[in-house]
Amino acid sequence: MTYTAWIILTASLVGLSCGLIGVFLILRKMAMMADAISHTVLLGIVVAFIITQELTGVHMLIGAIIAGLLTALFVQWLNSLDVQQEAAIGIVFTTLFAIGVILIEAFVGNAHLDVQHALMGEITFIPWNRITLPIVGSIPKAAAILTLVFFVVLLFIIAFYKEWKITTFDPGLAASVGIPVLFMHYLFMSLVSITTVASFDAVGAIMVVAMLITPAASAYLWTDRLHMMLVISGLFGVASAVIGYFIAAWIDTSISGSMAFATGLIFLASYLLSPKHGLLAKYLKPEETFE
Amino acid sequence: MNEVVLEVKNLTAAYQKNTVLRDVNFQVEAGSLTGIVGPNGAGKSTLIKTMLALHPVLSGEVHFFGSTYKKVKKRIGYVPQRGSVDWDFPTIALDVVMMGLYGQIGWLRRPTKTHQRMAFEALDKMGMADYANRQISQLSGGQQQRVFLARALVQNADIYFMDEPLAGVDAATERAIMKILDELKAAGKTVMVVHHDLQTVADYFDHVLFLNRTVIKHGKTNDVYTEDNIATTYGGSIRLIGGRIGNVVHPVKQ
Amino acid sequence: MWSILLNSNTQWVLLSTAILGIAAGTIGSLAYWKRQSLMSDALAHAALPGVIIAFLLFKVKHLFVLITGAAISAVIGAFFIQGIRSSTRIKEDTAMGMILSIFYGFGIMLLTIANRTSGNQSGLNNFILGQSASMVQSDVWTMSILAILVVSIVVIGFKEWKIYLFDRQFASGLGLPLKGMDVVYTILLVTTIVVGIQAVGVILIAALLIIPAVSARYWTHSFQAMVIISALFGGASGTIGTLISAIGNGWPTGPFIVVLAASFFIISLIFGKEKGILVQYWQMKRHKKQEIIQSIPTSVLKKEVQ
Repeated sequence: MTYTAWIILTASLVGLSCGLIGVFLILRKMAMMADAISHTVLLGIVVAFIITQELTGVHMLIGAIIAGLLTALFVQWLNSLDVQQEAAIGIVFTTLFAIGVILIEAFVGNAHLDVQHALMGEITFIPWNRITLPIVGSIPKAAAILTLVFFVVLLFIIAFYKEWKITTFDPGLAASVGIPVLFMHYLFMSLVSITTVASFDAVGAIMVVAMLITPAASAYLWTDRLHMMLVISGLFGVASAVIGYFIAAWIDTSISGSMAFATGLIFLASYLLSPKHGLLAKYLKPEETFE
Repeated sequence: MNEVVLEVKNLTAAYQKNTVLRDVNFQVEAGSLTGIVGPNGAGKSTLIKTMLALHPVLSGEVHFFGSTYKKVKKRIGYVPQRGSVDWDFPTIALDVVMMGLYGQIGWLRRPTKTHQRMAFEALDKMGMADYANRQISQLSGGQQQRVFLARALVQNADIYFMDEPLAGVDAATERAIMKILDELKAAGKTVMVVHHDLQTVADYFDHVLFLNRTVIKHGKTNDVYTEDNIATTYGGSIRLIGGRIGNVVHPVKQ
Repeated sequence: MWSILLNSNTQWVLLSTAILGIAAGTIGSLAYWKRQSLMSDALAHAALPGVIIAFLLFKVKHLFVLITGAAISAVIGAFFIQGIRSSTRIKEDTAMGMILSIFYGFGIMLLTIANRTSGNQSGLNNFILGQSASMVQSDVWTMSILAILVVSIVVIGFKEWKIYLFDRQFASGLGLPLKGMDVVYTILLVTTIVVGIQAVGVILIAALLIIPAVSARYWTHSFQAMVIISALFGGASGTIGTLISAIGNGWPTGPFIVVLAASFFIISLIFGKEKGILVQYWQMKRHKKQEIIQSIPTSVLKKEVQ
């Protein structure tokens, strides 16, 4: 495959995984938790690097899961000490992120891991960093990891579909019928963490939030069924990646920034055109009311 | 006296530092329909949540059917407050009802046609068959409450806890729900309902539990539903409307 | 190290970050009680494209010009968040996350273009993580004057702000112009954020609004005292953080300020006289015979719908 094709494929995998995870993020009202985790995985990656002196996939994934779960635990803990949830999120992620940046500046600071990279993503380097796998041959490492993460996410969503649904919609009932709500919560946080870290290389710490939240929010305007929302959100994620790439190529600018921007364009289109919740539809036929 | 299906002993529970329930004791017998009444902040919802292990117990015990909650979970049904969920969730009424079956379906299994039929029948029983495929945000408050009731019905439990099922619903829904509660009772099920409308307590429930942080009084409606007990529970003055027990006037703004 | 301290520019910068910290601590207390801690994070990120557009349009790096652009961009972000929340079924936290990341992404697009057209020397990268060393005399003045203005407005109307935060109904009964105060509050919040972005950066400035305010709560029950303590924590974090970054020579300032603020938070959390962990532990031991206080992780189960 060509250089461009690899970049588009990698970006599309980011869009797909983030789109799926994002649906549950916004329905669980945890959008800002995703923002928090997207920052704190940086610390996980840095610490993993300092310990192992390697930047390979597995170490990064483990570091990220630990960082993500710690974020969720710290927020939960501060919240239990009577700190508002919002403030707790704000304290935890800014602090862990700041420590991550200082560690990079002080101890790491090399070509493989720098702050610039963490904040803006470096998708242009992805096709060069290859790994040789059986059968498929030599492919970019990031694409391999993202494929793996995508299948893990997909598997968990399908396998526990009804559990995600009930713990998201009505955690009280879920607990009363014997579904381990807290376990599902931390499992979900782990999925968010691995999706974030796998997307990190491509889009960086902050723009992954755009990929996580916005396609799902756009999909939320198009459908009233959960499985459709998942499908549409995944598609919007891929579309954002592709559109973003071409915008970036067209005006010669940051690919990751353009991808985040493209999620906004798709949201804008949804906001205007969605048949049920769109501005145009509301203008054409006034609010339907039932009883 | 019938078999005791629920026994609460010295139950205490708290939110953060504030003790909400203190030394709660009562027994409920099979086939009873109990109204739990008390002022705002009396701990009515917390009592239900604590009994169902949705809220930590600080001290005391709760026994269902002479056993612990964990062992008899499947025999217990719960209807949370309507306002406790986000009705913008992208799903339809039938799906919400099926959620009542998720516990029985088990891990890694999907709901089947049978489950779908059970859910539909429950909706039908609540007069909601026509709305089975309606997105839940498009239902009125009363219809949403009926969906919740239908969801409890499919659970086919032996004891039900319902948190304010009659709050803010239309008259038709209120009648439909009371009809179902009477049917459940006739079938030998036990039901405990958090209720807010003092005017209808005597008509709807055969037992009353007065709650304000602790049990003020509990017993057969005919015996305990008196002005004195209401006044003690609410700590306010009672206005009588047409010789019936009417609205409670709270001395302080809530 | 002393040579750095004796440098007059460093002294000015230290003074201005101290004032910035005080302003952030003050406004942060207001934001905490308005339950808008993360809104400041969203607005800070949303400010980035404004900075770059102002630079691209006017080709100057004068702080006042850049933060005017930042403020406009942040206000547009706030307007979008409000619009999305009120006209769709999308909840506020999702709207904030969207605007935060899309605006930031747009900012990075523009930043890449700005760096390409005017070379990497533009110094605009400093606005992401903060670089107080890059500040010149006029920047210090701009920052200090605006920050003092923000603090003054809070101090002058202190009674009114207090009522506005704690009892809106009562405030409107008193005839306070709530809508007007909402606007002024938003202006103060945005001003504080944009004033801080050169020193602390768009990513971490929110921490300076959030952390000191929460820390202050562990020392007092009085709102007035909370604002003062929060301002002190903010000021101290700003100064010491800047100092460390200056010694470290070229390191970004923002992360150090945040780590300082977090240290004050941890000290407060453990030793604070109101609800600090040690005090609570001690009270619990004393009351062991009575009801035992437990912290309850209900936030996962509890999901309130507004």
